[in-house]
Amino acid sequence: MFEFIAEASRWAIPAVLLFVPVIAALRKVKVYETFVDGAEAGFATAVKTIPFLVAMLVAIGIFRASGAMEVMVNTLSPVLNLIGLPTDVLPHAIMRPLSGGAALGIASDIIKTHGPDSFLGRLVSTMQGSCDTTFYVLTLYFGSVGVKKYRYSVMLGLLADLTTLFASIIIVRSVFN
Amino acid sequence: MVNLIWLGMIVFGIIVAGVNGNIEVITKAALDSANDAVTISISLIAIMTFWLGIMKLAEEAGLIRALAWLVRPVMRFLFPSVPKDHPAMGAIVMNLSANILGLGNAATPMGLIAMRELQKLNRGREDTASEAMCTFLALNTSCVTLIPTTIIGIRLLYGSADPTEIVGPTIMATAISMAAAVLFDRLLRSFYGSRGG
Repeated sequence: MFEFIAEASRWAIPAVLLFVPVIAALRKVKVYETFVDGAEAGFATAVKTIPFLVAMLVAIGIFRASGAMEVMVNTLSPVLNLIGLPTDVLPHAIMRPLSGGAALGIASDIIKTHGPDSFLGRLVSTMQGSCDTTFYVLTLYFGSVGVKKYRYSVMLGLLADLTTLFASIIIVRSVFN
Repeated sequence: MVNLIWLGMIVFGIIVAGVNGNIEVITKAALDSANDAVTISISLIAIMTFWLGIMKLAEEAGLIRALAWLVRPVMRFLFPSVPKDHPAMGAIVMNLSANILGLGNAATPMGLIAMRELQKLNRGREDTASEAMCTFLALNTSCVTLIPTTIIGIRLLYGSADPTEIVGPTIMATAISMAAAVLFDRLLRSFYGSRGG
């Protein structure tokens, strides 16, 4: 199963690169001209994301470097302990939506300290794999089309991330009993 | 909400650094992060240009519409405001598929193309997210790769007896997360009031 998915991943892009131009040519599309026409917007789209990404990554960078996260973890830990959640994964849960690299670093640390086959190691592995860098994705995607008012999507993304956190804890507890 | 979170991270960060006596990290963090942001955007130029070219070919060949047609039943339910067989549907499906296969370099451009198509359908103000965009981003951030290769690598490195044993739980957690995203999306959409688009 894994081999199949890995193989499919390797083939996906070459297959698209082969079939799309060939089918386009069969449909009498002028392939070269059409490609260049479409590609023209690439520069503008990429450059448009700069102010959005700078704004968001600077705020996240300051939050990370200042040690604010440790303060947040120390404040939240007693509350989480009360409802029976493992507080060791809290830094990861906070960082995961903000910064993929930072979260991976934390996950790596937990796996190293507690062992990959411990409850915490398995939990943080599952959390790393099943969540995405919500803030980065929102900033980049909305930024590329110039949307500044995100309406309820931040709340939506965070609610989904929170659900993943609880789901991961319950699933890991029951699967690796 | 994003205004509050943004301000909160900066103000809280600077206060904590000040109290801890390491205020000097703030300027470096800010400038380094700005640099990282520009590097990411600039590196997007290449893959965006490339994929926009390929996607234009796919669109002219009718492939995007064909793909949109294939997934019509599910997409009609998730994106009621997007006209049937619209290219946005095709781009959304390609983005989610690339995500699932772990093709980050293709997933992002497909996602940005989907956003472009959704922006064309945005009947509200141009600087405001449409409902379809919110749904798409909720699906995108909750749907992740089937095989998290990086974390499997780390587990292998620290001597796991079975590095891939977390794949099953990860897929289960992702499925729950996607279901929750769809559910919360519906709830928030009706709570915030339908605005169209």
